[in-house]
Amino acid sequence: MKQAIKAARAAELIPDGSTLLIGGFMGVGSPHRLIDAIVARGTKDLTVVANDTAMPGRGIGKLVTAGAISRVVASHIGLNPETQQKMISGEIDVDLVPQGTLVERIRAAGVGLGGILTPTGLGTMVEEGKQIITVKGQDFLLEEPIHADFALIAAHQADYVGNLEYSLTAHNFNPIMALAGETVIAEPQTIVPVGVISPDSVKTPGILVDHLLERQPDGS
Amino acid sequence: MEAKEIIARRVAQEIEPDSLVNLGIGLPSMVANYLPKEVNVFFQAENGVIGLGSRPPEGMEDPDLTDAGGGFVTAVPGAASIDSAMSFGLIRGGHLDMTVLGGLQVDERGYLANWMVPGKMVPGMGGAMDLVAGAKHVIVAMVHTAKGKPKILHECTLPLTAQRRVSLIVTEMAVIEPTEDGLVLKEMGPDVTIDDIISSTEASLIVRGDVPKMRL
Repeated sequence: MKQAIKAARAAELIPDGSTLLIGGFMGVGSPHRLIDAIVARGTKDLTVVANDTAMPGRGIGKLVTAGAISRVVASHIGLNPETQQKMISGEIDVDLVPQGTLVERIRAAGVGLGGILTPTGLGTMVEEGKQIITVKGQDFLLEEPIHADFALIAAHQADYVGNLEYSLTAHNFNPIMALAGETVIAEPQTIVPVGVISPDSVKTPGILVDHLLERQPDGS
Repeated sequence: MEAKEIIARRVAQEIEPDSLVNLGIGLPSMVANYLPKEVNVFFQAENGVIGLGSRPPEGMEDPDLTDAGGGFVTAVPGAASIDSAMSFGLIRGGHLDMTVLGGLQVDERGYLANWMVPGKMVPGMGGAMDLVAGAKHVIVAMVHTAKGKPKILHECTLPLTAQRRVSLIVTEMAVIEPTEDGLVLKEMGPDVTIDDIISSTEASLIVRGDVPKMRL
């Protein structure tokens, strides 16, 4: 069983210079209270691996504004002009990865694979510096796993075992990232008694979750 | 009729009943407005839903239900929510029947460039590279020229999205099919002549016999 902790306590676990996997797609399904707590603590020099950097004032966008990030690995930064400015000024190093490749590289790290072979990116800038492997006459790019110190996960509902259930398009990268962080911190909207979530509904088994954030306070 | 409406109406005719279709943000998303009601299509939003519905009425938005542009949407009866690995597994694995994307440039090989302008616009490729590499049919829906300059070129000067010949290019002026022999002019838009199309296109076009007008 896991005792739920406050967001500020969770943020203290994350040292400067950490690599974070952060769930979410343009802020939908991002761990917002955890992000706020990291901003409040003033953590620096983070590498953030996420689908995107949302927009200024929302989700990962707040980490960008706070100057908490030195490196971003993402598929899209187009809706956050601040990330683009900081990339051009050299404050943030940005590595752009096709979305389907990004999720599989994270998954590879989480499930013990040495990499993935994908046709995506062949013949494009993404191919540069990568090994091309031919299998049964078809070319693929070898893409390496992405490991991280922490995975920050947003979930719809948790129980005190840490089992997680997700909602609609707030799944996105979360269930995959929960496999791949050395330490996994989950931020559920609600926490229910053990047994309430049907085993069939559990998308992330609680054994993967190291820390559970308190349920969302009323009215927020 | 406005250019974008011509394009959206014409692309809608390409959509097969009972197929899984991914529409890009912007112009491509307008295609859904012109589908005949009896055509049952599942739309995929790559952020995690199969069975994307229309915008919800005001006050009925669900913060956990958005499209790939981040806008609030609904899900149709029979919809499924999926994570990003499943979503891109469907795309890469050949389960997506069609994707409709915008384009910056397309060339004589049928290669598409639509994700960056070096030094100017670097938004990231998002899901575009996976979609173009993986979808069964790739339709490029774009206006024919940009500020009077051709977008259909001998060879793309912008970074490619994939090394794959797209299935069809639909603009307000023309429907063009990239083939092994080159770009074949299949249809003309309303109010244009073949000469208009050729002078607005840098790439060589193959014109075989009478080219019909789009039926919109």
